[in-house]
Amino acid sequence: MESKTGIVGYGAYIPRLRIKVETIADVWGKDGAAIKAGMKLVEKSLPNIDEDTITIAVHAAHNALHRAGIDPAKIGAIYVGSESHPYAVKPSSTVVAEAIQMSNDYTAADLEFACKAGSAAVQLCMGLVGAGMMEYGLAIGADTAQGAPGDALEYSAAAGGAAFIIGAKKEEMIATIDCTYSFSSDTPDFWRRKLAKYPSHGGRFTGKPAYFRHVESATKGILERTGMKIEDFDYVVFHMPNGKFPSVVAKKFGIPPEKMEAGFVVSKIGNTYSGSSILGLTAVLDIAKPGQKILMTSYGSGAGSDSFVFTVTDAIEKKRNLARTTEEYIKDKVYVPYTTYAKYREKIC
Amino acid sequence: MHKTSVPGVWRRFKNRYQIVGTQCETCKTNFYPPRELCPKCRRGGKISEKKFAGLGKIVTYTRVHAAPAGYEKQVPYAVAIVQLEEGPMLTTQIVDYNTDELKIGQSVRATFRKMYEDGDEGIIHYGTKFTPIRES
Amino acid sequence: MNPIAQYPFEISVEKVLKSSMVADPLTLLDCSPLTDGAAAIILAREDIAKKYTDTPVYLTGSGQASDTLALHDRSSLTGVLAAKIASEKAYKMAGVTAKDIPVAEVHDCFSIAELMAIEDIGFVSKGEGGKFVQDGQTKIGGKVAVNTSGGLKACGHPVGATGIKQAAEIVIQLRGDAGKRQVDGAEIGLTHNVGGSGATCVVNIFRR
Repeated sequence: MESKTGIVGYGAYIPRLRIKVETIADVWGKDGAAIKAGMKLVEKSLPNIDEDTITIAVHAAHNALHRAGIDPAKIGAIYVGSESHPYAVKPSSTVVAEAIQMSNDYTAADLEFACKAGSAAVQLCMGLVGAGMMEYGLAIGADTAQGAPGDALEYSAAAGGAAFIIGAKKEEMIATIDCTYSFSSDTPDFWRRKLAKYPSHGGRFTGKPAYFRHVESATKGILERTGMKIEDFDYVVFHMPNGKFPSVVAKKFGIPPEKMEAGFVVSKIGNTYSGSSILGLTAVLDIAKPGQKILMTSYGSGAGSDSFVFTVTDAIEKKRNLARTTEEYIKDKVYVPYTTYAKYREKIC
Repeated sequence: MHKTSVPGVWRRFKNRYQIVGTQCETCKTNFYPPRELCPKCRRGGKISEKKFAGLGKIVTYTRVHAAPAGYEKQVPYAVAIVQLEEGPMLTTQIVDYNTDELKIGQSVRATFRKMYEDGDEGIIHYGTKFTPIRES
Repeated sequence: MNPIAQYPFEISVEKVLKSSMVADPLTLLDCSPLTDGAAAIILAREDIAKKYTDTPVYLTGSGQASDTLALHDRSSLTGVLAAKIASEKAYKMAGVTAKDIPVAEVHDCFSIAELMAIEDIGFVSKGEGGKFVQDGQTKIGGKVAVNTSGGLKACGHPVGATGIKQAAEIVIQLRGDAGKRQVDGAEIGLTHNVGGSGATCVVNIFRR
């Protein structure tokens, strides 16, 4: 579908704590070097003990507001996508709205769709803003993802988030959203039941019928609908559950590694779930030049992919330095031992 | 575990989520936490709402090693008196600091954090803590 | 020296420094313990008091002052304003000055509190408290014997009973009943009692 909307402000937030793959591997008697090579990631971000999806979302939203330079009271919708909302019942989105001083004239909801709830939030805002129902919409994806102790997910499940303010005024946009297309199906590759603390997954089933089918179909779909070719893009971001999966897709589409590199945040912070592909996007926006084109495809287990085409505009140059960059967050880090991680993440009581 | 009254907390969301205090328009003194009466001007004072930028400096600090209930997992954690650029002083936790940044005169900025939880079933309290301003 | 103290034994500086950290730089032994205890004094008009005792002790000065409870709202973090005001009131009422006091019980809930107390009530000027104590001037035989009972940290801090316990120690001293810890010839004594981290302070002055 074509769109009249664009991004007027974006913001990232990544907590400061990191744990290395080796540190986790040592606890479980696994070969850290082999896991690093297999998953193509070296460490993951962790929330501090007083951080959660809501606090991460607030920081990302503040950064988006700094760049957009708009009055938060003009935001008519806020959607926070996450699989780790602090409350089972009670919206994260209203806390964020209050914290960033939005008015009370807004619609809000929390979204959950595994790792793609953030990109779905962007689409909702595109619809509302594009239809002229409001001036701006705020879409956030944030997570403090958990993997069960000893599970393969424990090496990658990370914390972080990104926020986007969607608007319809051309002169305010730092990137236009030229098209979005989604591909979804009922595919149970990963889930968490109501009272379960940690998610379950289908092991190898998370690959071919799940991640690869949806990411590839959505990407193919958007290329067909826009008539664009991979060569038309300067940057490509795929959802990053680990370092390996997106590289496999890139190879299939013939995407050279240099187009993937800028948004490839997974190797340094892990999989931030609802924040994953969109943090890849913020990392690209931090360096992209006016006129450049970005292809992003998210993936959420269960399963679905949202694909987007963005064109960077001239306004990016003066707006990108108005808040901390994704790279700055990635570099500002402190390593913690497994014991601290276990204590903070309530793996021990 | 200390449980707070939900309406009582709700009334202070504005003051806790951002640093919103008050100002006496008569003598221009800023207050945080907000005061409804100016201790200097008394009846002659006119109180209005005032939002502070959230930037300040550490006046004094300590690291707490013996924590009250609900803070056990954070030990040792830093508590400081911070003076805001606009004048008022407040008591706050300092988070995400490097050891050499916990010092008198350190520039700090407000950061939105979880303050505490009323157990597993109660509400989660959010508010403002402070973190060192770090050049990156 | 005080047989009814909670810690009736010597505690070395090294032991204090080695005890576990509570809120740095204060260690466990820098903090007063939790104490069970009680204290009582009988107050009466002079003519009535003389019917019951040949050695009454007179309360000659009393001052009370308060301040904000929040430390961040105080005018100073290195002193307790309420203590300064309360002591000035008490000295005025008693017609004495800080120099006239040979024995005092001060509210040393933490090590730093004793230093601030002796500065606030004027035994030494601001910033000199540490050196004064280090030089032994607050020991028995020094310029002013401070906390001969052991104070809050050694004798104990039975919170509500602490102020009266301080008065009782001064009465014992002024009557010459303090045995090994007696301050020779003490005729005037002072108590300094604090609540709410200095939000309120009472200073009393007694005379033999």
